[in-house]
Amino acid sequence: MDVRDKVIKIIADQAMIEPSDVTDDSTLEDLGIDSLGLVESIFAIEEEFDIQIPFNANEPSESDFDITNVGAIVAGIRKLVAEQTS
Amino acid sequence: MKRVVITGAGTINALGHTVDETLDAMREGRCGIGALEFRDVERLAITIGGQVKGFEADSQFNRQQMALYDRFTQFTLIAAREAITQSGLEFIGDLAARAGVVLGTAGGGVSTWDDNYRSVYEDGKNRVHPFVVPKLMNNAAASHVSMEYNLKGPSFTVSTACASSNHAMAQAFQMVRSGMSPAMVTGGSESMLCFGGVKAWEGLRVMSKDACRPFSANRNGMVQGEGAGVFVFEEYEHAKARGAEILAEVIGYAMSSDASDIVMPSKQGAARAISGAMRDARINPEEVGYINAHGTGTAANDKTECAAVADAFGPHADNLMMSSTKSMHGHLIGGTGAVELLACIMAVRDGVIAPTIGYEEPDPECALDIVPNEAREAKVDVALSNAFAFGGLNAVLALRKV
Repeated sequence: MDVRDKVIKIIADQAMIEPSDVTDDSTLEDLGIDSLGLVESIFAIEEEFDIQIPFNANEPSESDFDITNVGAIVAGIRKLVAEQTS
Repeated sequence: MKRVVITGAGTINALGHTVDETLDAMREGRCGIGALEFRDVERLAITIGGQVKGFEADSQFNRQQMALYDRFTQFTLIAAREAITQSGLEFIGDLAARAGVVLGTAGGGVSTWDDNYRSVYEDGKNRVHPFVVPKLMNNAAASHVSMEYNLKGPSFTVSTACASSNHAMAQAFQMVRSGMSPAMVTGGSESMLCFGGVKAWEGLRVMSKDACRPFSANRNGMVQGEGAGVFVFEEYEHAKARGAEILAEVIGYAMSSDASDIVMPSKQGAARAISGAMRDARINPEEVGYINAHGTGTAANDKTECAAVADAFGPHADNLMMSSTKSMHGHLIGGTGAVELLACIMAVRDGVIAPTIGYEEPDPECALDIVPNEAREAKVDVALSNAFAFGGLNAVLALRKV
């Protein structure tokens, strides 16, 4: 599984839907993931990739991590994973 | 002042996963104490306890719930479901706005603390699950009950060590009696049977390695238990109007503080709580037929408690029955008064007195009728439930047959 598949699996698990129902354009709101669910997903992603995501639950929009939609999240994770291995 | 009755009861503890199973076990004098089963138990000196067995939380709660529910919350929700279902109450409209939930716990999410300390200290991890705080907080169980059943009135958690449940139920009783609320969900829960939880108790050196034998001359300490007891306290006219089944009436309570020692109990403090509960209930000592003792099985508690009962009752102390069901389910710490209230309900409603099992040798300092080893049939009008906590905080409740 590449980064995208792993991230989508985590998000789908959180939303209790099939990974095939998650697209790059899906927003977390579309998927029914609330703020607590988002924090839990961030935790699961950090555990999966052993990375630190710069995410502040107080002000998600001010974080250096784009959560606009699934595509943006996957891109952000790819970048963090690449930085970590470089 | 309103009359207050109990219209629902629920429990899960080492004796059973329901009230019926628990009362059957108490009638049969069955022991729920056995070998503890959890990680690192081999590093403990104390390896017995009243552990809830055969409980698969995963089959009761979904993944999202499991992420948020510590074991003490799981126990609470199981017991609350049984109690509220039995009561037949549906919390909507004005009833929902005025009904609340007051629960006792001493430690809250002890195994959540334990697991996550292990993870960061022992395993060296630097990240914990985001729900650690909402899972371990002492009010988590009360909050989840309020959310599950739409209870929007006064709701909070009381923490007074081994008297937590009795203090909580005293609060709920007062709210219904004063007319503040027509119905309250109340009781308590505890789950300390994990490595850190038992290790901490070991440190006090008051734990028995083989059995809890309250009032027996050869007693050698307390045994921890776990579980929850939850009740619906309802205003009498409210219950009667809807034809609810009434299990018993709560007629009074008292609370006192020893103001003396952080662990040693005081005869005076305990006696003041017992006498105060009878005064509050406007009963004479002679009306009390049964006391569910605090009866921890420690040298200090049992003789102090017997002396306090002798003081509070005078000559009638020799006529009443007093048993400690901790001999069967262990000491549920903050949840203990709630599970023990079931024995009081059984006494006044069914005329069955739960025994003190494991009793082997009379102790001249505990020379009361402690209903040794076998349950007894007896007509009882009024029963008291004692709880005397570390820190010297005491709470006694009085129940009457309806």
